[in-house]
Amino acid sequence: MSDLKKERNAFFDELVENGLFIPTGVAGFYGRGGAFEDVVRQFGLLVGQYSESDGAERIFFPPLVQKTTLERAGYMETMPHLCGVVHSFSGDEGEHKKLLSAIKEGEDWSGFLEATDLALTPAACYPLYPTASGTLKEGGRLVDLDAGYVFRREPSEDPARLQMFRQREMVRMGPPELVQEWRGVWMERGESVLRSLGLDVVVEVASDPFFGRGGRMLSASQKQQELKFEMQVPIVSREHPTAVTSFNYHTSHFGETFGILSNDGEYAHTACLGFGVERIALALFRRHGMQPTRWPSSVRTLLWP
Amino acid sequence: MAPVKEEKVEDIVVTVRGILEAYGRLGDGPLEVSDDDDLYDVGMTSHASVDVMLALEGRFDLEFPEEMLRREVFQTVSSISNAIQELFKGE
Repeated sequence: MSDLKKERNAFFDELVENGLFIPTGVAGFYGRGGAFEDVVRQFGLLVGQYSESDGAERIFFPPLVQKTTLERAGYMETMPHLCGVVHSFSGDEGEHKKLLSAIKEGEDWSGFLEATDLALTPAACYPLYPTASGTLKEGGRLVDLDAGYVFRREPSEDPARLQMFRQREMVRMGPPELVQEWRGVWMERGESVLRSLGLDVVVEVASDPFFGRGGRMLSASQKQQELKFEMQVPIVSREHPTAVTSFNYHTSHFGETFGILSNDGEYAHTACLGFGVERIALALFRRHGMQPTRWPSSVRTLLWP
Repeated sequence: MAPVKEEKVEDIVVTVRGILEAYGRLGDGPLEVSDDDDLYDVGMTSHASVDVMLALEGRFDLEFPEEMLRREVFQTVSSISNAIQELFKGE
């Protein structure tokens, strides 16, 4: 077993022993213990202070998105391998009998279900864009989406790679210069928030894991244009830090797709910032130990003011 | 349309322009750019450039190698045509 794998397993066992993660038998799907949730909540409050002082609107969506939104946004072109569509049974009693008998026989019964008009949202900001169609007021919009659950089909033994996790996401929409300025402010602020919590942060130009050959071209283009930045901190390993925060600049992609215009009539640019809150909590437990009551007072004062 | 293997530079350029008109999402009608105009500057998005790349592969029956899946390769009519010529030469 590689050292990295050993480290992962040891960290996962430690999380379970301390009641922070509750295994379900499925990789990447765990219950969270109360102490873990306390950290998630307090981090959310810490970040929320900034968005409140920025005058952000607060909007919250359930962890769903219309399938049509994913289609329009090009998600099925770029990340079909991560998506999860909600399926449900809509057959008659005859079909129901067959479904139950398939289950009894241990057969695959998914064919008896039909896709609904909903998918599990892969990013907290997707449900927002179609609701923002039209012309923005002067200065654009800043939305704090709070910490919404998102789904990505990536089963993994890495305790930091979850199939469903929360993103504390904020979205800026408006003219390019305002969007870029906001991103610049948060790049500094995000790093300083993470450092103030005792985490060693590295900022990297990054790309998304787009699917296939077309995807590799998009990833290369995303990197060349520096459209995505990640803040990485050590969780399982110091040599291979994990992304805990990401900034995506979509230029006019969502503006054009969903008809969002700045008040000058041009397509609005959009950018989002997402804190992976479970990963930040994991990094804090890894860095400061499994008992938050014993964390350094500088960190405790920030999280529990 | 059946795949074509055109060796002549001017034929390649004409075909590339046709593909850009169909897949570049640069507006209706003929492509009003010179061979050296930056296609991204006139509005081709990264997503559209992927469609262009895939359509070129189908039309010319070739596959762009990994090192060619870059932004610069799809930046102008000339750069795309040169890349295709290069791939034909390598065959």
